[in-house]
Amino acid sequence: MPQVTYTDHTGESRTVDATVGDSVMETAVRNGVPGIVAECGGSLSCATCHVYVDEADLASLPPMEEMEDEMLWGAADERRDNSRLSCQLKIAEGSDLHVTTPTTQV
Amino acid sequence: MSDGLLIIGSSQAGVALATSLRALGYDEPVTLLGDENHRPYQRPALSKEWLQGEITNESLMFRTQDYWDEHDIQVVRNERIVRIDKRDNGSGVAHSMSGTDFGFDRLALAVGARPRRLLLEGVDLPGVLYLRNADDALELKARVPDVQDVVVIGGGFIGIEAAASLHKMGRTVTLVEAAPRLVARAVGEQTSAYLLEHHRASGIDIVLDASVRRIVANGDRVGGVELGDGRVVPADLVLVGVGVIPNTELAESISLECDNGVRVDESALASDGVTVAVGDCANLPNPVPGAPEGDRVRFESVNNAIEQAKVAAYAIMGRREEYAGIPWFWSNQGAIKLQIAGLSTGHDRTLVREDPERGKHSVLYYRGDRIIAADCINHPLDFMAVRSALGKGQAIPFDAAGDPTVPLKSVTTDPADLVPAD
Ligand SMILES: Cc1cc2nc3c(=O)[nH]c(=O)nc-3n(C[C@H](O)[C@H](O)[C@H](O)COP(=O)(O)OP(=O)(O)OC[C@H]3O[C@@H](n4cnc5c(N)ncnc54)[C@H](O)[C@@H]3O)c2cc1C
Ligand code: FES
Repeated sequence: MPQVTYTDHTGESRTVDATVGDSVMETAVRNGVPGIVAECGGSLSCATCHVYVDEADLASLPPMEEMEDEMLWGAADERRDNSRLSCQLKIAEGSDLHVTTPTTQV
Repeated sequence: MSDGLLIIGSSQAGVALATSLRALGYDEPVTLLGDENHRPYQRPALSKEWLQGEITNESLMFRTQDYWDEHDIQVVRNERIVRIDKRDNGSGVAHSMSGTDFGFDRLALAVGARPRRLLLEGVDLPGVLYLRNADDALELKARVPDVQDVVVIGGGFIGIEAAASLHKMGRTVTLVEAAPRLVARAVGEQTSAYLLEHHRASGIDIVLDASVRRIVANGDRVGGVELGDGRVVPADLVLVGVGVIPNTELAESISLECDNGVRVDESALASDGVTVAVGDCANLPNPVPGAPEGDRVRFESVNNAIEQAKVAAYAIMGRREEYAGIPWFWSNQGAIKLQIAGLSTGHDRTLVREDPERGKHSVLYYRGDRIIAADCINHPLDFMAVRSALGKGQAIPFDAAGDPTVPLKSVTTDPADLVPAD
């Protein structure tokens, strides 16, 4: 079973078992991992599911579409090269992911 | 042992209240009770991604059972509260239709709203549906394979979203709206016009200024919709989306003041000073900073349910936090993503930023020199810029915003630049 590790801005980590096909956002929200608000429930409308993806995991992810890119410019916390919206990151078989949540989502 | 908090209604607002309370460290028992026979789920995708089969049932669930267990939140399904005995101190007992009693030290109403029903000949025919909850959506989805002609009555968000989804699923869709424009309640004229043009061009037949005389039967089921001008639009499915009515009956029965929703203050406290009411069922002071004194609103949005639940959670913890914020909303309609920031009521001028080639279209609303809202179609950059500026009290000068090739963010100025220091 793939796992996602969420590290918050203070450095505290939590690893959660994930279902293949679910998004990094869904996995966090359903398990109550703090730091991801996800108001729009994954419909790419709110940018409150912003995460920084571990450099080592970046290449394994699907490329970003224009809508995600535009939304990210409005994320509450600073945008970096490894910024993604976690609702757009589907979990694949055999790949663990590591993300850091920003200081704030709103 | 204390009875703790009873939340009636286990949808967006009830869930947000329960989870916010635990996040704040509330350690009394919490019961999250609802009358639907489903685990708490979110509604927005019911008319969009879920209806189109793009996401599974599981994606609609708010939380895993493990979460509820770990956080000691008792989730009760399939129990409808029909009567409440409440004492002056806010405690009491809620009685369910099945005869079960739920005692509480404190009560939260998160009972939402129900669809406004049409009162017309033929509305009870099989195949005339409403769309508010998962059962409605399951029935709608189950019928789609067997139907070709759909009439949607009502050009508000639910009607248009469902029309766009059903059209995308290959159905012939006619949408009839009584008003002269689409979503008249929530967006300005330019946005309505854009939506009309887009959806017509995509193949949805839209009839404005239309009255519906009756629903026509075909044998023992629905066969069409007769309009005021006598024309009968064939339909083997009719979806009615003509607005909602807040569920205030329980609140009224315990003498809470109600007026288009349960009247609450900035902290989500009802007129008895202890019961809280959150989400679609609540009528609250307009939370937009600088709103006219005494102005009240009732929102039907996820953002409001979440934000209002947060202040309600603080109130239950004994801390008075005022709900202040910039309302926002989204609506996915086929190829259109509409995002709205702020409230456009009371605007005196508008500005359109358009990039027709990329299908981007934003309308900015101003009162005097001050930006108060924006409707943005396929334009997250504009939406995010306006939402953030409104949130920070920043200005987006009308003249500078006119050039659609200039990012709004780059012309946004701090309030200090506007108000010269004396
Ligand atoms: C199809 C659809 C699409 C939507 N799309 C969007 C969108 O894109 N963006 C957006 O921001 N918002 C959207 N909304 C609105 C959003 O879903 C609502 O604002 C939100 O659900 C309100 O939450 P609530 O908890 O206040 O009320 P509700 O969701 O109405 O929940 C109230 C719950 O209380 C239960 N209940 C009522 N009375 C009793 C009783 N006596 N005993 C027990 N239980 C009771 C009800 O059955 C219900 O489960 C959409 C709504 C629908 C229906
Ligand atoms: S959850 Fe809203 S954009 Fe990802």
